[in-house]
Amino acid sequence: MSIENAVADAGCQDRQVRHERGQRAVFCGLTSIVWLHRKIQDAFFLVVGSRTCAHLIQSAAGVMIFAEPRFGTAIIEERDLAGLADMNEELDRVVNRLLERRPDIRMLFLVASCPSEVIKLDLDRAAQRLSANFAGSVGIFSYSGSGLDTTFTQGEDTCLASLVPVLPEAGRDAPRSLMVVGTLADVVEDQFARLFRDIGLENVHFFPPRDSQHLPPVGENTRFLLAQPFLTETARTLQRRGARHIPAPFPLGEEGTTGWLQAAARTFGVPDERFEAVVAAPRERARRALSAHKAKLEGKSIFFFPDSQLEVPLARFASRELDMTLAEVGTPYLHRQHLAAELDLLHKDVVICEGQDVERQLDRCRQARPDLTVCGLGLANPLEAEGLATKWSIELLFTPIQGYDQAGDLAELFARPLNRRGRLEV
Amino acid sequence: MQLTVWTYEGPPHIGAMRVATAMTGVHYVLHAPQGDTYADLLFTMIERRDKRPPVTYTTFQARDLGTDTAELFQAALAEAYERFKPQALLVGSSCTAELIQDDPGGLAEALGLPVPVIPLELPAYQKKENWGAAETFYRIVRTLAGPRQGQERPKNERPLANLLGPTALGFRHRDDILEITRLLDSMGIGVNVVAPLGASPADIQRIPDADFNVVLYPEHALSTAQWLERAFKQPYTKTVPIGVTATRAFIAEVAQVAGVSADVTERTRLPWYSRSVDSTYLTGKRVFIFGDATHALAAARVASKELGFQVVGLGTYSREFAREIRAAAAEYGVQPLITDDYLEVESAVRDSNPELVLGTQMERHVAKRLGIPCAVISAPVHVQDFPARYSPQMGFEGANVLFDTWVHPLMMGLEEHLLRMFREDFEFQEAPSHLGAAPQAPKEAPVAREAAAATAQAAAVAVAARPAESSGTAAAPVWLADAEAELRKIPFFVRGKAKRNTERYAAEKGISNITVETLYDAKAHFSR
Ligand code: SF4
Ligand code: SF4
Repeated sequence: MSIENAVADAGCQDRQVRHERGQRAVFCGLTSIVWLHRKIQDAFFLVVGSRTCAHLIQSAAGVMIFAEPRFGTAIIEERDLAGLADMNEELDRVVNRLLERRPDIRMLFLVASCPSEVIKLDLDRAAQRLSANFAGSVGIFSYSGSGLDTTFTQGEDTCLASLVPVLPEAGRDAPRSLMVVGTLADVVEDQFARLFRDIGLENVHFFPPRDSQHLPPVGENTRFLLAQPFLTETARTLQRRGARHIPAPFPLGEEGTTGWLQAAARTFGVPDERFEAVVAAPRERARRALSAHKAKLEGKSIFFFPDSQLEVPLARFASRELDMTLAEVGTPYLHRQHLAAELDLLHKDVVICEGQDVERQLDRCRQARPDLTVCGLGLANPLEAEGLATKWSIELLFTPIQGYDQAGDLAELFARPLNRRGRLEV
Repeated sequence: MQLTVWTYEGPPHIGAMRVATAMTGVHYVLHAPQGDTYADLLFTMIERRDKRPPVTYTTFQARDLGTDTAELFQAALAEAYERFKPQALLVGSSCTAELIQDDPGGLAEALGLPVPVIPLELPAYQKKENWGAAETFYRIVRTLAGPRQGQERPKNERPLANLLGPTALGFRHRDDILEITRLLDSMGIGVNVVAPLGASPADIQRIPDADFNVVLYPEHALSTAQWLERAFKQPYTKTVPIGVTATRAFIAEVAQVAGVSADVTERTRLPWYSRSVDSTYLTGKRVFIFGDATHALAAARVASKELGFQVVGLGTYSREFAREIRAAAAEYGVQPLITDDYLEVESAVRDSNPELVLGTQMERHVAKRLGIPCAVISAPVHVQDFPARYSPQMGFEGANVLFDTWVHPLMMGLEEHLLRMFREDFEFQEAPSHLGAAPQAPKEAPVAREAAAATAQAAAVAVAARPAESSGTAAAPVWLADAEAELRKIPFFVRGKAKRNTERYAAEKGISNITVETLYDAKAHFSR
């Protein structure tokens, strides 16, 4: 079943991208709920799916969350499959029960899964119908997190894209504004907000917002920066509403952060001297924080299994700021346009692999014996048992890693597994 | 449609994975979308296994639908066979593949692979994880051992038993096997095959050689044992040896079945520990029990008969064993709780107001929220339920483990209780709570407390000035300085009670100012 072919793309660089198709070891988009529900604090995510879906988010979210989480599953049962009409009634009943129990919910997402898509349960319609019932008190949306359509982080993309149509309209004469798109930890968001303010940008909004009542406005005078590389659909829908994308590298590491901030600064006509003056100090801090880790990591090789779509920016950071060598950079999907600035910074010989055939990739990884392997949760311990140091890629979604003041933390995430191995005598 | 926050059981194909992962020499090809590969982490992270489960997923996507998902399945199967060369293959569908109806069994047959291929039909919208494990085990044993029907059993030098039911991701299955093997050995009985955990297809074929079967976990092994009894006249044991009394009963049952002596040295401290004077405080402790049926039933028996607790709640998510749970609940005089709705269990715990919860990982969360001590007794489990040390639940050593693991949180509970009671005492001020950020009211700042006291005194003066209004429930009684000083002379471990009793007495009598006399009047009143 593996159709493996290396294709030489024609483009401004002659970059080899290997396309692989086979068994994939990636989570589905439902997984994004785990961080989205912590970000949008008055939202609830109701997966309409099977027992498998319920089990997935439970396992991915870990029984680590102690409070009652703001997500749940409406499990489709045998009798629901018997009649679709009843299924809509059932869904209404479940939603009513949920909203009665949790009056604090302001925004409810009905999240489609593989089973709900295969049986063609129309959750968009259901969301509209329920919205009418709860008009004014709860906004009800739907998006797909199914494994048929999305991997892992793409659930965030489909979720945010579902919100774009209800963002308030910024009219033609609205002042120019910047929208930062993609979930960032609050602390990182605040740091960026300060930096933007200091370089003189006034109208800066973050999407998703911390609560559902603060959706950012969008219109023809909106320029947006992607904070995450996996937001393809969200970017497209924003463009449809007139907003324009600012091409930039992603804000990982000192270099990525500078490139990202600068892209915005240039778009808004901030003089370079002012920009340099504002970022000089944090840049210097980031370099200092990186240097200690760099001493330990330089020359070490790193192998990325495809998982979060953060792989290309992370590889750029590892190779350019930590002087690591890249054994292979796997990514579930390579968005050439959004990653253009990143790809420009990567050495031409780097092996980029799009898609996955996990067994073959494991063979290559074993053969390369990298010093560090970034991979999904299911692969890490088996690789450790084979003597390879690993880092869970999901950790890079949960940990604040963007921006100057997190550059050192990001490097530390890579350094820690090696550090630990250095300590153990057993 | 069922609204769930957490679930006790995964879908049935997870049960099949628990069996496949437990075994050696088998491989499971699962028709499933890419997200279903999350299941690997259950084994590699929660159970900390050092290998990936022996599962190949087809990981079809939207673009494959309607065109070539069947081909995809066949290609994946052929490739998995080539790569892993298993002695037997399992094939089946996850919930999504079930809906697209590709028939893995038929597709596999068409490939004509040179090893047994066992098709699994696990209806994902009706059944759950434990059922899936039981069905998978049964199918494997039937397929591999079935052809031996009609053959004579070899004459064994000493009686031989099979241990049936342990799986991957099981609650202490690994250690139970060891404990029961030792116990049988001490009775002169050998173990023929342990399955599914650790068994290869070749081992499964040897199952009919044993004289009888020990059903360790009925959830996974009962249907197989029943079939083996029909097919090979192998009797099976009905007692699950958890706790001292059940272990004794198990020994008697095994001795009878195997025709050996039941004279076994009991290496357990539980009976003496239970009788020792230190355990007096355990008397009648109210315990709420929830888990799979096997562990819940055993826990109820041990709690009530071996530790002297009072069972105030008993339930299970194993609907297949509802009858047994109902019978036991009747014996303990409680309402049986047969549900897989986590929220329902949560409210039952709250309502029964227990002092100890014996449950699953889910109840551990509930207990934590309610500030009640808890011990985990059953799957679903988390990484901490796979301890590095030897920690069986079964047999005599298992009984020792139960004593320790259930009683320790209660001792901590007692300590916690004292902490809360004597929060005001300087010796207790700094003591950290083992429950972490338990949900009690946040400690008031000393300043706020003083302010409150001052307000109360002002109020007392006001009330005293208008005696006509001081009727019953209105204002809490106020301690006058003398009485408060007297209260402090009472030993700290009864002070809280004295304080509460006095206040209750004062409230009942409509006394608004507590004096030294009130304090002693109350003492006399309550010591009747
Ligand atoms: S997108 Fe970038 S890397 Fe890809 S071909 Fe074009 S220039 Fe080369
Ligand atoms: S892959 Fe599909 S069926 Fe599996 S958990 Fe994700 S949405 Fe549910």
